[in-house]
Amino acid sequence: MRTTPKWLFPVLALLPVLGLYGCIRVYPIIETLRLSLFQWNIISRRKPFVGFANFVELASDPLFLEAIFNTTIIAFSVVAITIPVALVLAALINTRQGLRRSGVYEASVFLPHVVSLVPAAMAWKWIFDARLGPLNALIGLVGIPAQSWLFDPVLSLVCLIVLCSWQAIGYAVLIFLVGLKNVPEALYEAARLDGASSFQAFRHIAVPLLKPVMLYVSVITLISSYNIYAQAFVPASDVQGAPGRLVRVLVLDMLENSFRNYRVGYAAAEAVVLLVIVLILTSAQFRLFRDRSRA
Amino acid sequence: MSEHEREHPSVVGQNGAVGLVIDAVLGVVSLMMLLPLVFLISNAFKTPPELLAWPPTVIPHQPTLENIVSVLRETPLFRWIGNSLIFATLSTASIVSTSAIAGYVLGKFDLPGIPVIFGVIIATAVVPFEVYMIPLYLNVQSAGLLNTWPGLLVGYLIMSFGIFLVWQYVMTSIPDELLEAARVDGAGELWIFLRIVLPLMRGPLGALAVLAFFQAWTAFAWPLVVMTNKETYTLEVGLALFQTGFTVDIGRLSAAAALALVPSALFFSLMRRNFVRGVASSGLKE
Repeated sequence: MRTTPKWLFPVLALLPVLGLYGCIRVYPIIETLRLSLFQWNIISRRKPFVGFANFVELASDPLFLEAIFNTTIIAFSVVAITIPVALVLAALINTRQGLRRSGVYEASVFLPHVVSLVPAAMAWKWIFDARLGPLNALIGLVGIPAQSWLFDPVLSLVCLIVLCSWQAIGYAVLIFLVGLKNVPEALYEAARLDGASSFQAFRHIAVPLLKPVMLYVSVITLISSYNIYAQAFVPASDVQGAPGRLVRVLVLDMLENSFRNYRVGYAAAEAVVLLVIVLILTSAQFRLFRDRSRA
Repeated sequence: MSEHEREHPSVVGQNGAVGLVIDAVLGVVSLMMLLPLVFLISNAFKTPPELLAWPPTVIPHQPTLENIVSVLRETPLFRWIGNSLIFATLSTASIVSTSAIAGYVLGKFDLPGIPVIFGVIIATAVVPFEVYMIPLYLNVQSAGLLNTWPGLLVGYLIMSFGIFLVWQYVMTSIPDELLEAARVDGAGELWIFLRIVLPLMRGPLGALAVLAFFQAWTAFAWPLVVMTNKETYTLEVGLALFQTGFTVDIGRLSAAAALALVPSALFFSLMRRNFVRGVASSGLKE
């Protein structure tokens, strides 16, 4: 004996969630797009519409160009390091499947991905430290002179790439392991009957089947590297409080423009650039997937 | 992941020389991955002269609690840990409940507009938080919510991906017949959701809870701009700003960072299975 109308529950249940969703997700996204077309210094009351002028200015803003250049280098380098290393690690760990130590390997590789960012960045900062860091002492053993890792623009970029790859590898290993488990046993057995070695079986059976997974991990890693912030923020300040030479990344430049220079419209334009990059990467991923399934 | 781990025919050198080499390689790599964190913890217990010594020691020769004591004296570290815990717990509770209800309704009810709503949720799932952070901040500021719990939480109340995860599970694993049978028996919709659907969703919700907790626990940019009061910092923010102080040395810095790692590592070891399942089933972190 139902007296309440059918739509009542779903509507009542959905309304609060959708309300939240609209307020804290959809509206701010639209607002970002809108603000990017205005020149708004947060202190002033005036908010003139400037069309695409913010974007035009970004195109010749040396700090922004440096940021986008650095971020792109970091993102692609992290992918170039992470994917092959993680693939090899996953393949090796996979041979240890079912043994207790396989869990130990998985956990050790994965831990950097989940520990808090700031302590992890601090650990690396010490390793790279010019005076105290073990890295300089280590390269000193083979006769390479000490480097000021976190002050040299190129070297500090290298440091960030190392730090970000260290974090990204565990995640990629995990996804590859799942992918490897999904490779049908029958294929391996067929290869074995044909006299293929384990390496050949891996190379010609597992790797081609893992390609979509590799693609997926690459795009996810690229996107998350475009968003890095804490990793650049933490090593940027010297132990003694003097700001070190820092690697300017996209999010850092964006936050500096909005919170230090109070140029909200300009920062919003940067956010739009970030959004466009992410959308391009995501749609490229979808396209590649579609082509693959059609083939 | 399969319940019973059969022996893999693809397994090479389970024993023997090849196996030894593989174990050696994996052992070295695992150690290298952990080394930065091991050094961080070890440095926390070192005296200033030992911190300068080469080669760096893994186990301090003269372990001292001096660094930890002075960090705890100078900073409200436990307060920051508490703030982070509360923040992550509340965010997780909100994300899990909103995802559960929205995913279920979107997956099982046929109302006009649902395809559009679902489309919007999927479309916004790819938008990084950093993209819409500034307008969100301006709203929080104009609502006078800076340095308040609601202001901090606003950024982490929902997760598009969580809604999608539940939706996917609802579509594939909860049969319509089950819900219909309950309706025929006269059960109310809310009762059905709470008593039948929710218990069935324990698996994906558990995985989502771990993802959501870690997302909030490691959040940085948002807490950094919203919580500007030393007492309201989250752990990550407190730590990051502590290191910019003038009198901080490596020993104390390591001590603070090592203490900050304890909850993460504990939580990870407790929730590893769920977490791995969550990441594996979903892949995506927002």
